[in-house]
Amino acid sequence: MTGKLNVSNAVAALMCAALMLLPLYSAVTGNIFILTLFTRIVIFALAAASLNLIMGYGGMMSFGHAAYLGIGGYAVGILAAEGIGSGFIQWPVALAVSALFALLIGALSLRTRGVYFIMITLAFAQMAYYIASALSRYGGDDGLTVYKRSDFAGLINLSDRNQFYYLCLACLFGGLYLIWRIVNSRFGLVVQGVRSNEQRMQAIGFHANRYRLVCFVISGTICGLAGALLANNTDFVSPAVMYWTRSGDLMVMVILGGMGSLFGPVIGAIVYLLLEELLSQFTEYSGLILGPVLLLIVLFARGGIMGLLGRMRRG
Amino acid sequence: MYLVVEQLLNGLQFGLLLFLLAAGLTLVFGIMDFVNLAHGSLYMMGAYFAATFVAWTGSFVLGALMALGATLLLGIALEYVALRHLYGRDHLDQVLATFGLILFFNDAVRLIWGPAGLALPLPAWLTVPVQIIPGVYYPAYRLMIIVVALAVAAMLYLVVMRTRIGMLIRAGASNREMIGALGINIKLLFTLVFGLGAALAGLAGLMQAPILTVQIGMGENILILAFVIIVIGGIGSIRGAFMAAIFVGIIDTMGRAFLPDLLRKVLSGAAASTAAPALSSMLIYLLMAIILVLRPEGLFPAARR
Repeated sequence: MTGKLNVSNAVAALMCAALMLLPLYSAVTGNIFILTLFTRIVIFALAAASLNLIMGYGGMMSFGHAAYLGIGGYAVGILAAEGIGSGFIQWPVALAVSALFALLIGALSLRTRGVYFIMITLAFAQMAYYIASALSRYGGDDGLTVYKRSDFAGLINLSDRNQFYYLCLACLFGGLYLIWRIVNSRFGLVVQGVRSNEQRMQAIGFHANRYRLVCFVISGTICGLAGALLANNTDFVSPAVMYWTRSGDLMVMVILGGMGSLFGPVIGAIVYLLLEELLSQFTEYSGLILGPVLLLIVLFARGGIMGLLGRMRRG
Repeated sequence: MYLVVEQLLNGLQFGLLLFLLAAGLTLVFGIMDFVNLAHGSLYMMGAYFAATFVAWTGSFVLGALMALGATLLLGIALEYVALRHLYGRDHLDQVLATFGLILFFNDAVRLIWGPAGLALPLPAWLTVPVQIIPGVYYPAYRLMIIVVALAVAAMLYLVVMRTRIGMLIRAGASNREMIGALGINIKLLFTLVFGLGAALAGLAGLMQAPILTVQIGMGENILILAFVIIVIGGIGSIRGAFMAAIFVGIIDTMGRAFLPDLLRKVLSGAAASTAAPALSSMLIYLLMAIILVLRPEGLFPAARR
C-alpha cells in the first residue's frame, strides 16, 4: 500500500473496481447467480481479512476463527427468533459477543505459543460448536432459520439483492481500511514487532501479550460482523458454520491469497470459492482437483498469489 | 456398578483406539516436525480398505491384514510423492497442504465407493458377549480391540525403546540435524516412521469400522481428538500420548454416560437435558484448555529439541 505502481497493487485496484461494478454487470446480463455468489465471497473475504490481521501481521495462527462466524450469526439468529428484528440491536450485540468471546479465549490462548496456540484456539472453537449443537431451543444440530433479515428502520433493505451486496462490500472495504490503519499505526507496528521478536519487544518495555490480545479481539470482532452478514445472507445459521473445517477454509483463503498482505485474503477468498464453485459445476468431485491444487500451491508458490504477483513486480 | 465397569471398559477401548491414531501423529510431529491433518484420512482409508477386502476375501482377519498392508503402502506412497517436500517448511504450509489432501481423499472415496457409507460385518465368533467378571458381560469384539491395541502399544514400546530403529527414532525426535550429520539415512527413516504412523492410523480405522459405519469424513472428528491427545500428552512423547489417550477415552465415555444423570440432580430436567450433551462433548476440549493454560507444554513434554 505504498501507492507504487506494481503488479500487486494494480491487481488489487482492478479487483476492487470489479467488485464495485459487479451488480451493474449482473443487472445488464440478468445473471443473478453471480451476484449471490459474490455476496458470499465478499463476506468470506471479510472473515479472511480479519484472520489475516492476527495471522499475517500478528503471527497468531488461530485455527478457530470460524467460531466468530457462528457467534455473530447466532447473535442475529437468536435475537430474530426472540422477536428482536432491529439491526441496530442485533449487530452491536453480535459484535459485542464476538469481542467478549475473543477476549476470553485470547486471554487464555495467548499463554501458549506455536502449535499449542493453533490447538487451543481450535479447542475453543470446537466448544462453541458443541454449545451451538446443544441449543435445542434454537434448532440444535439442524440449525436456526432466520425468517426475517435484520431491519434497519428503512435506511437500508437487506432483502434487496443489490443493497445487501453493497452493504457487504462496504463492510469489507471498511474492514480493510481499518486493518490498514491498524497495521500502519504505532499499535500495529508493536504487534508486528512482537511477531518478529518477542523478547526484544518485551525488553524495550512493551507488554507483548497485551498488544497481542487487543489485536486478537479486534480480529474476532471483525469476523463477528462477517458472521452477522453471513446469517443474513443465508437466512440460516447452524453449528456447521463453526466446524473446524470451516476454520480450515478461512486459513486456506488467507494463505492462498498471501498472508500479511492487505488484499491477499480477499484474492484468496475469491479464488478459493470461485474455484470450488466452478469445479462443482462440471464435476461432483471438486476435491479431487482442489486438493492437489492446494498442495501444488504450497509446494511451488510460497507467499500465495500475492507473493507470486509480487515477484512479477515491474518497479 | 456393572454399568460403571462396562463404561470404564468402553472408555479404555476408545482410549486405546485413540492411542493408535495419536501414536502415529505424535511420532510424525515429534520427529519430522510435521503437522499432518491428513492422518484422519489414513484412518478413513484403513476402514474403507478393510470393508472392501473383508467383503472380497470373506475372512475378517485376512481382510484386516490386507487393509493394514494397503494403508502402510498408501502412507509410504503419500510421503514419497508429496509430504517429504514439506518437511522443514512452515507449520501453516503443512496445514494447508494436508488440508488439501483431506479434500482429495474425501472426494476420492466418494468417487470409488460412492457417497453412502459401508458396513463391515463382524464374523460370528466376535459377536458373542464374554463374561469378564461374574455377572458382567462384555462384547468379545470390543475386548479384542483392547487386547490388540495393548499388544500394539507394547510392541511399539519395545520397538522404540529396545531396537536400533527405535533408538534412531528417539534420536531423531530430540535432534534431527545431528543424526543426519552422523550418517543416518534420515530420508529413509522418515519414510519408515510415516509408514508406521499410517499403518497405526489404518489399524485404528479398521478396528473402529465394525462399531461405527464406514463413511466419508469419519476421520475428521477423530483427528481432532488425536490432536488433543498429543497436545495434552506433550508433542513427540509416545508415553504421554498413551496416558493422555486413555485419560481422554475414559473421561469422554464416562462423561457421556453419567453426566446427564449427574446434571439432572443439580439442574431442572429441561436445563439438564440441554446442558448435558453439550457439556459431555465439550469435556475433552475443556480439559485440554485447562491443561494448556496450566502447563503450556503438555503433561509429559518430550525432551527439548
